[in-house]
Amino acid sequence: MHPAPSLIVFTTLSGLGFGLMVWLGLGLPVAWGWAAFAWCAIAIGGASIGLLASTLHLGNPQRAWRALSQWRSSWLSREGVLAVATLLVFGLYALLWIFFGRRVEALGIAASVLALATVAATAMIYAQLRTVPRWHMPETPILFVLYALAGGALLALQALAGLVLLVLLGCVQVLAWWRGSTAYARSGSSMETATGLTHHGQVRLFEAPHTTPNYLMTEMVFVVGRRRAAALRRIGLALGVVIPALACLLALIVAVPPVVLALAALCHLAGVVAMRWLFYAEAEHLVGLYYGRRPGDRAAA
Amino acid sequence: MSAEPTVDTSPKVSDEIRRTTCYMCACRCGIDVHIKNGHIRHIEGNRDHPVNRGVLCAKGSAGVMQHLSPARLKAPLKRVGPRGSGAFEEISWGEAMALATEWLAEVRHRDPKRLAFFAGRDQSQSLTSFWAQNYGTPNYAAHGGFCSVNMAAAGIYTMGGAFWEFGQPDWERAKLFMIFGVAEDHDSNPIKMGLGRLKARGAKVIGVNPVRTGYNAIADEWIGITPGTDGLFILALVHELLRAGRVDLDYLIRYTNAPFLVIDDPDTADHGLFARDDDGKPLVRDRVTGAVAAFDAPGVKPALKGEAPGPDGRTVLPAFELMARKYLDGAYAPDMVAERCGVPAATIRRIAAELARTAFEEEIVIEQPWTDWKGERHQRMVGRPVAFHAMRGISAHSNGFQTCRTLHLLQILLGSVEVPGGFRFKPPYPKPFTAHPKPHAGSEPDQPLPGPHLGYPHGPEDLLICEDGSPWRIDKAYSWEAPLAAHGLMHMVISNAHARDPYGIDVLFMYMANMAWNSSMNTGGVIDMLTARDETGAYRIPKIIYADSYSSEMVAFADLVLPDTTYLERHDCISLLDRPICEADAAADSIRWPVVEPERPGHAGVRCFQSVLIDLGGRLGLQGFVDADGRPLYADYADYMVAHERRPGVGPLAGWRGAGEVHGRGAPNPHQLDRYIENGGFWLSEIPEEARFFKPWNKAYQDWAVSMGFFDAAQPFVFNLYLEPLRRFQLAAEGRAEPQPPDHLRQRVREAFDPLPTWYPPFGDEGAEAGGYTLHAITQRPAAMYHSWGSQNAWLRQIHGRNPLYVSGDVWREHGFEEGDWAYLSSPHGRIKVPVALMEALNPKTVWTWNAIGKREGAWALSPRAPESRQGFLLNHLIHELLPPRGDGLRWSNSDPVTGQAAWYDLRVRIEKAPPGEEIAEPHVPAQQSPVGRGPDMVKYGEGWS
Amino acid sequence: MTSLPPPSDKKLGLVIDLDTCVGCHACVVSCKSWNSSGYGAPLADLDAYGEAPVGSFLNRIHTFEAKQEGRPAQIVHFPKSCLHCEDAPCVTVCPTGASYKRQADGIVLVNEDWCIGCGLCAWACPYGAREMDQAAGVMKKCTLCVDRIYNDNLPEVDREPACVRTCPAGARHFGDLGDPDSAVSHLVAERGGIDLMPEQGTRPVNKYLPPRPKQEIGEAEPVDLVALAEPEAKGFLGWLDRALEKL
Repeated sequence: MHPAPSLIVFTTLSGLGFGLMVWLGLGLPVAWGWAAFAWCAIAIGGASIGLLASTLHLGNPQRAWRALSQWRSSWLSREGVLAVATLLVFGLYALLWIFFGRRVEALGIAASVLALATVAATAMIYAQLRTVPRWHMPETPILFVLYALAGGALLALQALAGLVLLVLLGCVQVLAWWRGSTAYARSGSSMETATGLTHHGQVRLFEAPHTTPNYLMTEMVFVVGRRRAAALRRIGLALGVVIPALACLLALIVAVPPVVLALAALCHLAGVVAMRWLFYAEAEHLVGLYYGRRPGDRAAA
Repeated sequence: MSAEPTVDTSPKVSDEIRRTTCYMCACRCGIDVHIKNGHIRHIEGNRDHPVNRGVLCAKGSAGVMQHLSPARLKAPLKRVGPRGSGAFEEISWGEAMALATEWLAEVRHRDPKRLAFFAGRDQSQSLTSFWAQNYGTPNYAAHGGFCSVNMAAAGIYTMGGAFWEFGQPDWERAKLFMIFGVAEDHDSNPIKMGLGRLKARGAKVIGVNPVRTGYNAIADEWIGITPGTDGLFILALVHELLRAGRVDLDYLIRYTNAPFLVIDDPDTADHGLFARDDDGKPLVRDRVTGAVAAFDAPGVKPALKGEAPGPDGRTVLPAFELMARKYLDGAYAPDMVAERCGVPAATIRRIAAELARTAFEEEIVIEQPWTDWKGERHQRMVGRPVAFHAMRGISAHSNGFQTCRTLHLLQILLGSVEVPGGFRFKPPYPKPFTAHPKPHAGSEPDQPLPGPHLGYPHGPEDLLICEDGSPWRIDKAYSWEAPLAAHGLMHMVISNAHARDPYGIDVLFMYMANMAWNSSMNTGGVIDMLTARDETGAYRIPKIIYADSYSSEMVAFADLVLPDTTYLERHDCISLLDRPICEADAAADSIRWPVVEPERPGHAGVRCFQSVLIDLGGRLGLQGFVDADGRPLYADYADYMVAHERRPGVGPLAGWRGAGEVHGRGAPNPHQLDRYIENGGFWLSEIPEEARFFKPWNKAYQDWAVSMGFFDAAQPFVFNLYLEPLRRFQLAAEGRAEPQPPDHLRQRVREAFDPLPTWYPPFGDEGAEAGGYTLHAITQRPAAMYHSWGSQNAWLRQIHGRNPLYVSGDVWREHGFEEGDWAYLSSPHGRIKVPVALMEALNPKTVWTWNAIGKREGAWALSPRAPESRQGFLLNHLIHELLPPRGDGLRWSNSDPVTGQAAWYDLRVRIEKAPPGEEIAEPHVPAQQSPVGRGPDMVKYGEGWS
Repeated sequence: MTSLPPPSDKKLGLVIDLDTCVGCHACVVSCKSWNSSGYGAPLADLDAYGEAPVGSFLNRIHTFEAKQEGRPAQIVHFPKSCLHCEDAPCVTVCPTGASYKRQADGIVLVNEDWCIGCGLCAWACPYGAREMDQAAGVMKKCTLCVDRIYNDNLPEVDREPACVRTCPAGARHFGDLGDPDSAVSHLVAERGGIDLMPEQGTRPVNKYLPPRPKQEIGEAEPVDLVALAEPEAKGFLGWLDRALEKL
């Protein structure tokens, strides 16, 4: 899949923002006044910038409000509804917290649950797609939630939770990569089933329908270099998981200034961007079968 | 759940449907042009039309993009920069016509042959040839010599018609269909429709083609033959059929010259000619009485074998015995030809058996009595349901004429021509070569030619050569280099004019022929010739007038450009005098008419070329275009279509003549075009049931044809398996008849003019293997693109915007190619750099590409970075008009020695992997300026009015 | 509405005969022509005369090559447009309700006035049947020519999709696949019509008729044509004499 910057920004920032909301809603960290404002601003800002970025992906963003209507069936619609609900509830919670010095526990918990649900709904947009086997796995929503919680924990300066979540995240991410590499094969789809030529030997594309790439190819047939993918995985894991986890460990062992965890959060953000880029770039859409792409096709570089 | 949106399922489709004839290729389908709010809403096939019965191909469906092409010319152009630069100024029509008239009148007054007038994919050849004849230049033809003259000439000489416009398979009844060398050639929709019908009936289709695309992809069996060996493959089938005695003897005796007695008297001037009676009728021997008699004598039972003395005591024997001796020779045994053809011997034997079984054991019968030309009444029509079709793959070789003859031989031996289930002629064919004119030449100042340019010589005495043996025509058609050049040799005009061999010309006048690009062999060389100057600094070809609708590559080389309309803006007639749209069961012709007005706001505008030609005819005072007082006879082409009479009562259009009640022959009807338009743009008259088969010998058909004006008298004939005119040329080459060929051509004429269908290796093979040119290279026309035209079409160019060279799996692996690689492809004549792609379903010794995708930068209103000019390429650069030097001091023409047809499928090449580098096809011809600007960035067709 | 309607009895769709399709692209272009100035926004072509022209098409022909060991490779032309699936994932993912399956006949459509151009439906479709129009920013797809098949302004014979009407080889068939007695259903039954990617669980309405087995070179029994001739034939000219006697 084409790693569209708008979608990377969207999922990354909104994930972090909503992740932070979870912790803030749970009453962590303890802070008041300007500090509360700063935290809430980060959470709401991240979520909002992310959501706004996602509208850049739309052909007709002026109609985006219509996306709230199909929550019964559509994960994207559910995500929209949940995001709005989360922002409203959390907004109220933040208002009372910042300006009236009251952290209403029920509101906070509701916001946390909603934020978590929003992230899960975002994940389900991807995980529901059978057409992208690497996404169509239980690991996908788990990962999205873990990314949000871990990132949120770092931002909320929760060293212990951060450490646990990051370790868990690293394990699930590696598991997802490992299982993801065979997901396409498990889907059972191939150029032969795609064309129905199941008794005709090995099938390959001879001529594409048109000699220049079309929307489907630019959107869904992205070929990532083998070496680049491996490098990005290492960088992503180091920046997104290992270094922040070490920072958390350090914070647990010795007293460090909060800025260390804040820096760890930034480091984590960079790692998440890399891994989110890979999340799209490595995901192979079945439609590639009609354009000559077999599972696992990789460019050399 | 909210309710479903309401969809308007009955929107108004169009305000009006205007029915005309397509011109997105040469197929001539009927189209329904839907007009809505003054725009073309949609173009679809005309369901009533005989050619396409409602269907329409990709090209036809994209007609609106052609009509709105940004490459359309907008005004007459006068060259202001050097030739080829594309620098022009727009001039008025008054100035353009005055200039053209001045140039043409001067030449006509001095020496008319110094005008060469050649039309390309012209569908008005009965007008253009009439104009040229009355102008008085011998130098006229259309593009057939470059296209399929081998097919046409071999068919006419052998059986009075060939494929496409001449005839068609009996799609409704054939049970086995073999198709040779056809990609998306002529007759594209009828072939697709026919294949669909065969498939629906479960008939078997065998495709013979080195490349398994298109029709061959759906064939039930694919023979991936090596190019140039089809004739050999067919003769191996003939060998098998004869060996097994599986030929239709009754058919051969009744309808062919197989029983004709051939004189066997070596060293005499009539050795190999038919023995004839005092009336000149060929003789046969009665197998019962042993007496000789005229072939059409009542009651004679002709023998097919037996040498015996003829009437004058010399030995004579039936042509069939000569055939049996020739084809039963072991050289034609499947085992002997298998390797060369790339077809296993077992396959050849099996196909021969399938042909025989289907023809003779699955014969079909129509209970329709008919009467033959001798008056014999037949109670039923018996058919052999084996049908064949072939096109360029077999004809565009230096052995193409004889290869086409071998195919007709096979058809005729199986008794499958003009019978139910076989191959059927379309009126006005069949028409034997003897009913066609002979060729004419001349060049008298201000005088017409004595007769039509193109025709069918009966022997060397009909050649168009001067006293000294030099050719009359600039293209050397009907000289010893191309004796049966029935369509002329357009591809030789520029190189001969440049070489001033046989003489120079002053004006080159061309129409719809992209000679500076894909319609020439040796494209780079032709560009050089068009721009070459003599010692005085003047162009060697002094003046070039070119008519086209679009900013093609050839436009850039003209001195004066006459802009034509698009096909939706014009009148045209697809005439029975020319290349009509008839079907096997019906005569038909059709028109085009302006379904939209030609508008080029802000410019001088465009005019239908045929109207311009008629106007020029009037200005030049040509006979046939002016009355006795010198006043123009016709206002424009539409007027000519209605009012012109070629013979009394016979005009360009056959329908609704007289007061609208007569068809075929009748007085001109001023309301004729209205009647055509009312009827959907065409006219059709069904052939009576009794006349639908056995046409050459069917009395009912012959009478009907005379009544329709196809001929003035019935002309039954027999098929020429043994082709006596060829023997006459051979006799001249043997030194036994006059005129004789120049010495260097004697051997070639002796070999190529075998009166029996034969095969010899394509000339391009000579020295090919030794030179390392181990591969064959061919092109195919894609179904969604016609010649150059498609690249200006926003929809079609997305389908074919570039073309790779397809190489077989063997070649791919041998050279270690990978996806995205480029290669150098070399022939003895040149080298090109091209992108390569893998194709396993390909003859292993063949490489190929789609033709005419590559474009010159700046042409067709495309961006300079258009893939057509960067990754698209032409094979033409590798093909020369002449063969590589042989060391005999002569340069031999790269063409069929019988007809002169360009032998572009003879091409032999070698391939090597190109190192990584810039991905631009070579040679890259420098850009031409665009006289029409560039196309818009975006097309949103329908916005604002639909 | 984005929920799928209960299964309808009527299932309009196409049957595409891969044994007959010659890959001529007629259906592709006729579809483009009909629909560009028809249902919804025009099918725009970007960079139409430039370096990388790209337009929206609702129907495209892919060409595949199939190779079996020991047999000549085979070319299969493969037209592909929306399959109007019974379990259409493109419908259920739509956040706005723009993408829907008609209750009455099962046609899957996009209501362009509601479409926000998020592209998720194209992601959800395994077949690549949906293309975003880059100019209008709305999703385009085959409508099964819903503005032809019921159109009172067209003669009855023309009330079929443009691609079917134009197909020169007759490789495309339109009809009600929900009716077991329809011509298309019979065709599917006789020729073993198949679903594309059945493992995706989309239950396409459109069916494909696979290429019939080909006669491959050297496959059949060796044939001795002479043996098929009359047994007493000795030599060609001897046979000729006897054969002629019968005429």
